[in-house]
Amino acid sequence: MADATDGMLPNRTLANKTLADRAYHIRRNAVRMGEVQGQGYIAQALDIADVLAVAYFHAMRYRPEDPDWEGRDRFLLSNGHYAIALYAAMIEAGILPEDELETYGCDDSRLPMSGMAQYTPGMEMSGGSLGVGLAIAVGKCLGLKRKGSDSFVYTLFSDGELDEGSVWEAIMAAAHHRLDNLIAIVDINNMQADGPSTQVSNFEPLVEKLEAFGWFVQRVDGNDLDAVREAFDAAKVHMEPVPRMIVADTLLGKGVPFLEAREKNHFIRVDAHEWALALEALEAGRDT
Amino acid sequence: MKPKTPSQTTPGKPRLTTSAMIASIAAEGQPTKPAPFGHALVEVARKDAAIVGMTADLSKYTDLHIFAKEFPNRFYQMGMAEQILFGAASGLASEGFTPFATTYAVFASRRAYDFIHQTIAEEDRNVKIVCALPGLTSGYGPSHQAAEDLALFRAMPNMTVIDPCDALEIEQAVPAIAAHKGPVYMRLLRGNVPLALDEYGYKFQLGKAQIIRDGADVLVISSGLLTMRALEAAKELEKDRIGVAVLHCPTIKPLDVETIRREAAKSGRLVVVAENHTEIGGLGEAVARDFLLNGVAPKFRHIALPDQFLDAGALPTLHERYGISREAICRRIKAWL
Repeated sequence: MADATDGMLPNRTLANKTLADRAYHIRRNAVRMGEVQGQGYIAQALDIADVLAVAYFHAMRYRPEDPDWEGRDRFLLSNGHYAIALYAAMIEAGILPEDELETYGCDDSRLPMSGMAQYTPGMEMSGGSLGVGLAIAVGKCLGLKRKGSDSFVYTLFSDGELDEGSVWEAIMAAAHHRLDNLIAIVDINNMQADGPSTQVSNFEPLVEKLEAFGWFVQRVDGNDLDAVREAFDAAKVHMEPVPRMIVADTLLGKGVPFLEAREKNHFIRVDAHEWALALEALEAGRDT
Repeated sequence: MKPKTPSQTTPGKPRLTTSAMIASIAAEGQPTKPAPFGHALVEVARKDAAIVGMTADLSKYTDLHIFAKEFPNRFYQMGMAEQILFGAASGLASEGFTPFATTYAVFASRRAYDFIHQTIAEEDRNVKIVCALPGLTSGYGPSHQAAEDLALFRAMPNMTVIDPCDALEIEQAVPAIAAHKGPVYMRLLRGNVPLALDEYGYKFQLGKAQIIRDGADVLVISSGLLTMRALEAAKELEKDRIGVAVLHCPTIKPLDVETIRREAAKSGRLVVVAENHTEIGGLGEAVARDFLLNGVAPKFRHIALPDQFLDAGALPTLHERYGISREAICRRIKAWL
């Protein structure tokens, strides 16, 4: 929990917002950024908004006004194209100003379409070459332990990245080095560039594989805020000296029914009039 | 590719073996120092607590075992997995540490290139990549021969590239690259490493090319092992009254083009670039480009490895075959004069 005594409760004026409110605003920010480009990784942003709401408004320790604060928990975005979702969360958290979302993916913007460390405050790594995040996370965990820090390293990656051998190198290394300060989240939306991830290269049975590699593994509905919150809590307090993985099954386009129903939704094209409809659909879904 | 014919023996002539020079590239009787990299890193690490050592199952073969023995708690064994080695090195650097990450040059340059590009160079992380078996210093064939490592790392923005000549230079380069902020790729000679520069009173300076010896007829511009060979060749050619200057360029990037240009512009000398590297994309092409851009037009020749997959075998045989042995260098320079 972002703890007021540590001076890092984000966006204080909105401190009474529920996680559902946070997730709604993350989705709304992402849709507004999507409209700037007219297309993009909107469906992924919508599917992962609940996980990011729990990460940034329940689990993680950070100071919005000081993204490089040494005592922060680190959040590493491996799947750089999910930057739209992370920017949306960081805007909601007060790390980035809201009006900057209008620059998403534009020339000279601090918010490039694929997330990079040197562009954006609060962005810990350059993602986009898929399969690199977990490797960097392992090094950060080793470094934090060397420093005697109690910070966690969170890293988000996508199910498609499970095809990359480097991810499994990192999975082995994290277990070998007993990195109990590592909490990885893999987004199982079962869609990658060429089609459904399990058809492109089947990674199942994933929980059994990860457990066999020595990880503490929880598989949850990534769009069930209570379940996600409980999984983050359990990952933090787990007693064994092993790395922790949250396998989050999510629904692409979550919260916007006409996007949920699209078939080809890895890089989605949205007609001009549909952006307003998407925002309306999010609004309509808030109380359901 | 046609199969090779069985090896023939010449009566009275012993067959050279591939394994003979695995522990050291030193010629018989040449003075050496054991594991200069490992010992130098221990010395620097005593004063700098940020330094950590990392490897991908090659600590013994990159002389990092000296460091691991001295500082077991500052040493990370990442397994035979170069992507996690360099990705984790980036992560450690991002937390304020200075990782020295070692493997073979082939694995860093070819297998882990994208990881170094993205997690170290693009993020400008303070990682020192130190790699054994650069160029043609292994007789195992292309799997172990990193003929193109300089070309690949030169092409990477933010990367400083070092090709040291001998044990003395490795000892001096280690503290220099530790003090330098930013990613560095350094070629490593390992095991009992020859000493060549000590007799010239040489002192390594990052980013500087230096005249090691002067000569009126030929200017050899070289780096790494080929500076050692060029100095040996210069002594030989002196007997034939051929004056050979040797300009040593251990920093391949950023290249000290001012010194190189100034020396090359001195009139009348044949200019020979000599490198333990493929003829494509290394020191030779870098120097030639600079000459063309600046109107420097000496008679120019290039000693480098050919653009082909190199043979397996004993190193002296291979160095002779590909024209980078002392004798071959002498022959070639005489023919060009």
